[in-house]
Amino acid sequence: MNLTELEKIKSDTLETVGNKFDKDLRGHDKEVRVVLRNCDLIDPENINEYIARDGYFSLNKVLTKLTSKEVIDIVKESGLRGRGGGGFSTGTKWQFALNNESEQKYLICNADEGDPGAFMDRSVLEKDPHVIIEGMAIAAYAIGAKYGYIYVRAEYPLAAKRMQIAINSARKNGLLGQNILETDFNFDIDIRLGAGAFVCGEETALISSIEGDRGMSRNKPPFPAEKGLWQKPTIINNVETLANIPQIINNGAKWFRGYGTDKSPGTKVFALAGKVKNSGLIEVPMGITLGEIINEIGGGMAKKQRKFKAVLTGGPSGGCLTEKDLNASVDFDTLIELGSMMGSGGMIVLDDHNCMVDIAKFYLDFIVDESCGKCTPCREGTMHMYNLLDKITSGQAELKDLEKLEELARLVKKASLCGLGQTAPNPVLSTLNNFRDEYVAHIVDKKCESSVCKDLINKYEITNSCIGCRICAKKCPTNCIGGELKGLHVINQDECIKCGTCFEVCPVDAIITEGVLN
Amino acid sequence: MTVESFEGNNFYEDDRMKEIYTNEKFKVLDECIEKNKLKPGPLMPTLQDAQRIFGCVSEEIQEYISKALNESYSKISGVVSFYTMFSTKPRGKHIVGVCTGTACYVKGSQKLVDKVCEILKTPYGQTTKDGLFTIAPTRCLGDCGKAPVVMIDEDQYGHVTVDQIEKILKKYK
Ligand SMILES: Cc1cc2nc3c(=O)[nH]c(=O)nc-3n(C[C@H](O)[C@H](O)[C@H](O)COP(=O)(O)O)c2cc1C
Ligand code: FES
Repeated sequence: MNLTELEKIKSDTLETVGNKFDKDLRGHDKEVRVVLRNCDLIDPENINEYIARDGYFSLNKVLTKLTSKEVIDIVKESGLRGRGGGGFSTGTKWQFALNNESEQKYLICNADEGDPGAFMDRSVLEKDPHVIIEGMAIAAYAIGAKYGYIYVRAEYPLAAKRMQIAINSARKNGLLGQNILETDFNFDIDIRLGAGAFVCGEETALISSIEGDRGMSRNKPPFPAEKGLWQKPTIINNVETLANIPQIINNGAKWFRGYGTDKSPGTKVFALAGKVKNSGLIEVPMGITLGEIINEIGGGMAKKQRKFKAVLTGGPSGGCLTEKDLNASVDFDTLIELGSMMGSGGMIVLDDHNCMVDIAKFYLDFIVDESCGKCTPCREGTMHMYNLLDKITSGQAELKDLEKLEELARLVKKASLCGLGQTAPNPVLSTLNNFRDEYVAHIVDKKCESSVCKDLINKYEITNSCIGCRICAKKCPTNCIGGELKGLHVINQDECIKCGTCFEVCPVDAIITEGVLN
Repeated sequence: MTVESFEGNNFYEDDRMKEIYTNEKFKVLDECIEKNKLKPGPLMPTLQDAQRIFGCVSEEIQEYISKALNESYSKISGVVSFYTMFSTKPRGKHIVGVCTGTACYVKGSQKLVDKVCEILKTPYGQTTKDGLFTIAPTRCLGDCGKAPVVMIDEDQYGHVTVDQIEKILKKYK
């Protein structure tokens, strides 16, 4: 394969199927498609369609016209920051590896996508696998690596399959392997599957896992860029980070800076989910406000009568943003200032039927499960934090437990070995910061305002605002709700199992709960 | 995740073990091992192959791999116990995963988990007595827009309600 052949494939393919690329797949005017530009437009198993969308032209440009240093300079100039969560400058990271004179270096694409409630990388892997290969090849050229790995989480078998097909056809076409695009650049990629461990998204744990060990984190420094996979300099980049690279090379750093803010240029893909009306993947320029995302693109709350309460970003390492933050700019630094973080792009919207203490407990349950167990603060500390939260949600806690919780949170944050433990207390600290009243209500009044914590609910009752629609009666699993159509309904308390179904389905919020102390 | 326990789920001993260790399966595993040995870090891929071929990585299989790859048994056992995808006991014929990722959780997937455990009379994370279903702990199936999501084997169901779950399970009985 060379430039002439690329051009021929491009024009031939455009002629035959080109018109299908004209579709505008954005769901809203405020969305843009940079990372997702090919998703759902091209056939991911057909390399020609990727080439028709200017695929592999950037790689050709890099291999034939640019030096490693020039590539890195372009990436630095673009201001691209890692989309895996940390937001570290991609160009700077590459520079570390380039500066290292080791013979053997590795490039790893992190496709572990561990944040439960996020699925951005999955889309790119499944729908545009070649962009990852091209991004990886460019990165490998920039740092001087000959071998790369894609670490795909085990829950995504289709993604692994599509990637394998793409790798095979890239090899067949001389775009991977020896003498890529007829130059003297050699690079090849192997897929490694995860095996269901969240911590393996953390770079040093990921390296352990590829080496065939328990996926446990290691001390940093040395950083992977110095001593990574098999003790060789290794660069690890997220899927979305790499998917930006070909276009940055093709269109230039200035074009990229046309999107987003000065310190967070470019776009970000978010997985919008939870209690919002339009859930799904969206790509927006950085710097868009949270309100625009939730109310305009997301269309507001899924159920009209529900009120927006908070949005969770950054998954188990992040925190919550509330009403007061709706005008805030969504970029790396602002979200951290607000006590949350960008994370990999999960955005989960909560309404007033979600309890913040319960959410904090949910995340800690996840962390306790997923902590690799190597360091004590994370292994034991998060367990104790979970127990304290459990005490609170079951009405057994005292106010001094809240102090203990905060103290422990600070300790775990400071003393843990890797990013998992260091960020695990964030959801607790952030919900405490924004919803302290709710914690106190659980402890002092033994009341869960959102009627989530079952131990704090004594009984369900139907108020006069009941419109007699019979929905709750039909849904009740024990058939214990009586009342005529259009008449006031009544719950037979003897048979009620306090499952909360009626509370959830009532269209007019006529059902209330009574706390244990009443 | 706390779910009350149902007792006596140890179908997997005796009969099913015989089916698990067939010569053909070991032959397939041998081929995989030969291929994996060519790569650096062959242990994870080999364990993944074994899990796929046998449906589990039991102690016997771990020992077998330990000899084939010349790795200590204790190291292999350590790796197997670390990752949730590896099981030392055979899994059920069908794997039921109720997603408990964040997006599904905030949409009430815990109720689905409880319901599935109730219908199958089996605790979370375990296999039914008849060996038909395993309730596998599942975090985010990558389809959060359709929360809550249930996956049975390769089939994914979105926006699942407590009422629907029984019907869905029936299809696999
Ligand atoms: C507990 C934990 C989990 C992580 N999970 C992921 C992940 O699933 N995907 C990812 O790309 N990065 C993840 N990261 C971040 C990686 O360690 C690493 O910073 C990132 O892959 C670097 O790529 P980038 O510079 O392109 O963002 C995780 C970090 C921690 C501490
Ligand atoms: S949280 Fe259930 S599919 Fe993502």
